[in-house]
Amino acid sequence: MTNKNGLTRVDGRLKVTGAIKYAAEYKFPGLVYGVVVSSTIAKGEITGIDSKAAEKSPGVIAVISHLNAPKIPGYDRKPNDFDPNIKTFNDSKIYFYGQPVALVIADSFERAKHAATLVKVSYQKQQQQTSLTANLQNSYKPWGDGSDYLRGEANAYRNASVKIEAEYHTPIHVHNAMEPFAMTAVWDGDKITVYTKAQAIKSMQQDIMNMFKLPIENVQVYSKVIGGAFGSGSPLWPYAKAALIGAKVINKPLKVVIDREQMFTMVGYRSPAVQKIGMGASADGKLVGITHEATGETSTYQQFGEGITDTTKFLYDCPNVNTQYRLTRLDLSTPTYTRGPGETTGVFALECAVDELAHALNMDPLEFRKKNYADHDPEENKPWSSKYLDECYSLGAEHFGWDRRKQKPASVIENGWLVGYGVGSGAYGAGRANCSARAKLSADGILLIQSSTSDMGPGTATVMVKIASDIIDIPVENIRFELGSSALPAAPGEYGSITTSSVGSAVFDTCTELKEKFKQIAGGTDNPDYLKILKEHNLPFVEVTHHTSGRAPDADKYSAHAYVTHFVEAHVHPATGMVKIKKVVSAVDGGKILNPITARSQIIGGVVWGIGMSLTEEGVLDHRYGKYVNANLGDYHVATHADVPQIEVVFVDKKDPVTNPMGSKGIGEVAIVGFAAAVANAVFNATGIRVRDLPITPDKLI
Amino acid sequence: MKQFQYIRPATQQNVLDAITKSGTKIIAGGTNLVDLMKRGVTAPDKLVDINHLPLKGITPTKSGLHIGALALNSVVSENALVLQKHPLLSLALKAGASPQLRNMATVGGNMMQRTRCTYFYDTTMPCNKREPGTGCGAMEGYNRMHAIFGASQQCIAVHPSDMCVGLAALDAVVIIAGKKGERRIPFVDFHRLPEDHPETDNHLAKDELIVGVEIPDNNFAKNSYYLKVRDRQSYAFALVSVAAALDISGGLIKQARLAMGGVAHKPWRLYDAEKSLVGKAPTEENFKVAAQIAMQGAKAYEYNAFKLKLAPASISEALKHAAGVV
Ligand SMILES: Cc1cc2nc3c(=O)[nH]c(=O)nc-3n(C[C@H](O)[C@H](O)[C@H](O)COP(=O)(O)OP(=O)(O)OC[C@H]3O[C@@H](n4cnc5c(N)ncnc54)[C@H](O)[C@@H]3O)c2cc1C
Repeated sequence: MTNKNGLTRVDGRLKVTGAIKYAAEYKFPGLVYGVVVSSTIAKGEITGIDSKAAEKSPGVIAVISHLNAPKIPGYDRKPNDFDPNIKTFNDSKIYFYGQPVALVIADSFERAKHAATLVKVSYQKQQQQTSLTANLQNSYKPWGDGSDYLRGEANAYRNASVKIEAEYHTPIHVHNAMEPFAMTAVWDGDKITVYTKAQAIKSMQQDIMNMFKLPIENVQVYSKVIGGAFGSGSPLWPYAKAALIGAKVINKPLKVVIDREQMFTMVGYRSPAVQKIGMGASADGKLVGITHEATGETSTYQQFGEGITDTTKFLYDCPNVNTQYRLTRLDLSTPTYTRGPGETTGVFALECAVDELAHALNMDPLEFRKKNYADHDPEENKPWSSKYLDECYSLGAEHFGWDRRKQKPASVIENGWLVGYGVGSGAYGAGRANCSARAKLSADGILLIQSSTSDMGPGTATVMVKIASDIIDIPVENIRFELGSSALPAAPGEYGSITTSSVGSAVFDTCTELKEKFKQIAGGTDNPDYLKILKEHNLPFVEVTHHTSGRAPDADKYSAHAYVTHFVEAHVHPATGMVKIKKVVSAVDGGKILNPITARSQIIGGVVWGIGMSLTEEGVLDHRYGKYVNANLGDYHVATHADVPQIEVVFVDKKDPVTNPMGSKGIGEVAIVGFAAAVANAVFNATGIRVRDLPITPDKLI
Repeated sequence: MKQFQYIRPATQQNVLDAITKSGTKIIAGGTNLVDLMKRGVTAPDKLVDINHLPLKGITPTKSGLHIGALALNSVVSENALVLQKHPLLSLALKAGASPQLRNMATVGGNMMQRTRCTYFYDTTMPCNKREPGTGCGAMEGYNRMHAIFGASQQCIAVHPSDMCVGLAALDAVVIIAGKKGERRIPFVDFHRLPEDHPETDNHLAKDELIVGVEIPDNNFAKNSYYLKVRDRQSYAFALVSVAAALDISGGLIKQARLAMGGVAHKPWRLYDAEKSLVGKAPTEENFKVAAQIAMQGAKAYEYNAFKLKLAPASISEALKHAAGVV
């Protein structure tokens, strides 16, 4: 349905009526159920597995572990960053608490679940290290010299007339998608079909091919719909390897669903970080230097790093910038991409520091930002493809009523609550990758477009239909977009905010080519009447497949980013330290907004995540065991409805001339970047208390 | 989950007969019990469903208000008599859990809900409450939610209920049915401190059934408040909560009732603080004095020291709301 805000989700009705099928909802004759047994130590070696009781338990078909699993050919491959070298079921080593150590397969989920509790695993335990702050001294350079960056003079901030130095801490964030991870694996000889949560369908196909050394035609991956992933849905995680191995051993269709607690240890999380920032300016507020040092964590078996300090290099016009990024190896599972990976963490520190310096200068923090506006990319020394961050500042300020802000902290009280305003900005690369699409317009009037992208929630199919309909002007109801299968034309993974740009460009090009083809058939006309042409030429359909390069013309000459500025009004209760976010305005430069209704949802979703990040979310470990003590949705606090106020989203909505033919810039990740800083800054403005370690819980404000 | 039997005895007497056998457990709303069974914390052989018993009524008595053990938390919180006579109870109930949970949860089940201590819930961890003799995981672990009053060497868990804090402040009485008939005990004596037996939460015998609570009539309706400080706006247990009830006349406090949640193994009545308020004017200064008195004997652990500040601040804040002086 189209309304003034664009096209409503094409799969909306299916979703709200429950008609859509998630990965765990596929049924096959003879389907059996697997439950993963996870390790109860964080480091060491499995010395024995007693599965006798489990095997005798009613309905149990097999208990699979490294003791009886076949040797997996692909485990010999040299590991790389994106392929965890955990040799699930071929290895007795324990790298983290909650690591899959066995798979119990039974004729019902309940029976498998019960039998899993009967498996007794014995271990040779070693002392684990799971605390980042306690192990900072063991950090290393993850990317060699590329871990550091210098422009101008190092630590120049120290000589500035006004300067601040501060240390910021962010905790573990767990994606906690609503849909638990699931894999249904169906082997047919040496051919495998899986139904799973996959943000990156083609790379999951590749991972499975690598694991079993299979040719591409033997591996089919379906991921038709995803109940949230936020970055966690790309790798072939150990639980999924367990499912693939289990199904192969018993040679039956097998479904493995992990539970909420396992979602904390088996599918990644956002690395915690310790960040130090030094920032200095001249007395009139011109930046002199920024130093940004960040340390995150990774596992002992795999390196995962992220661009925590990246935004610091270009967000402001500053002659002297030096950054440093380190990782510490801990006995935890590997962190992974988590909405706005890197930027979300780094910009929290950067934008708090900016606020601290503006306060030290007694300057309005928005004025301070304007004064240090970068009108070209100071890191790459290139022009921006487009940058309307200044319009985000002004539009947002106007909608929010920023002019009512009091510069002096703790000077506004309403009904016994301290009131403060805060602002935080962010940027996220407007990237793009190679993508193919196929379009087929049939005599029944249906335009079918296909690409192997996925939809982890944003409404991929909806915006693709919108893009197609702008070229092929037939009713949107007659346009179908099919995604979620590895057999479709190759698309990049749905990550890094590149989908609309990459797949959209392919859809744009494919539909343009299709239109051209119709024009040719009809012998030259500007507005082809598609159905008439098919009929007149007695054609059942016309189809084209197009490969679109991920490199936009001239893209190398420009630096391309999406931008956001969040404005937050926070109320803080002085006696109890409770914080309520009363109002949010988020102003966004996402280039041309292709479908406002779904674009707005992206920003709202990012803000709700930001509320969780700033006020409530924290994965807590008991380091004595290396184990989470809040691995459930009762104790790990994601924002509830009561925590979320009205959110106003304002789009600049101006075309980017470089990124792609539609003029858009991805907005899924930028939506959360800078938000937590806006909250911390608002809390400071309300109370005069600067909280530098998230989340800002009541105890930190009393 | 261990396999179990399920029965639904026809009458209260049948229920009482059924629960004399060991391994049986009453189920009401199931919002706590089923979680505990799924986590393997408790593994009854037989569930005795009581939901159909006629224990849902909310009825005035000669000197108070009777609330049946099976009255739903949501129903009690919206009941006209409760709102009129004991708005504090309604506030306390609404501060708890989520609307969905309150629609299932019963008064009896709420009283009997077990601690939310993570070490109690996690069967791989030591916990004297779950498995006496295994030690206390929380004592030197993540004890942010834990007790500052009345803890023992064995256990520092807190009782998680909001409703119970309200009932403790309102001098409610618990009505219990057993083989020998009915008995009544003051609500404040229903739950117990951990001492050397943290596995026992309260004084209800295994073969007894809560049939209801009774709240005596009082003069607190005009000046009462329930303040809950928590990590998010809904669906989180109290860091600290305070039930405050004042009987104010002629500008002076005639009677005061104060109870705290999130600080002890049971709803924690603040008798000395209450006494200090009697005869005083309802001023912020007097409230602060009461709050300081209330904190005597408090002891914190590694992660919950903030409660030593948060608790008194919350007490005087709740009193200010109750007195209408915010
Ligand atoms: C995520 C979550 C958040 C929550 N947040 C809060 C909160 O913020 N504040 C709060 O106060 N509560 C909270 N709760 C707890 C909730 O209030 C309790 O689960 C509920 O009150 C239990 O009532 P029930 O009827 O479901 O009990 P059940 O689960 O049926 O039973 C609990 C126990 O009571 C026993 N029992 C039940 N009725 C009787 C009876 N009549 N006589 C004797 N024994 C009986 C049962 O045998 C069982 O041992 C939360 C619960 C969850 C799951």
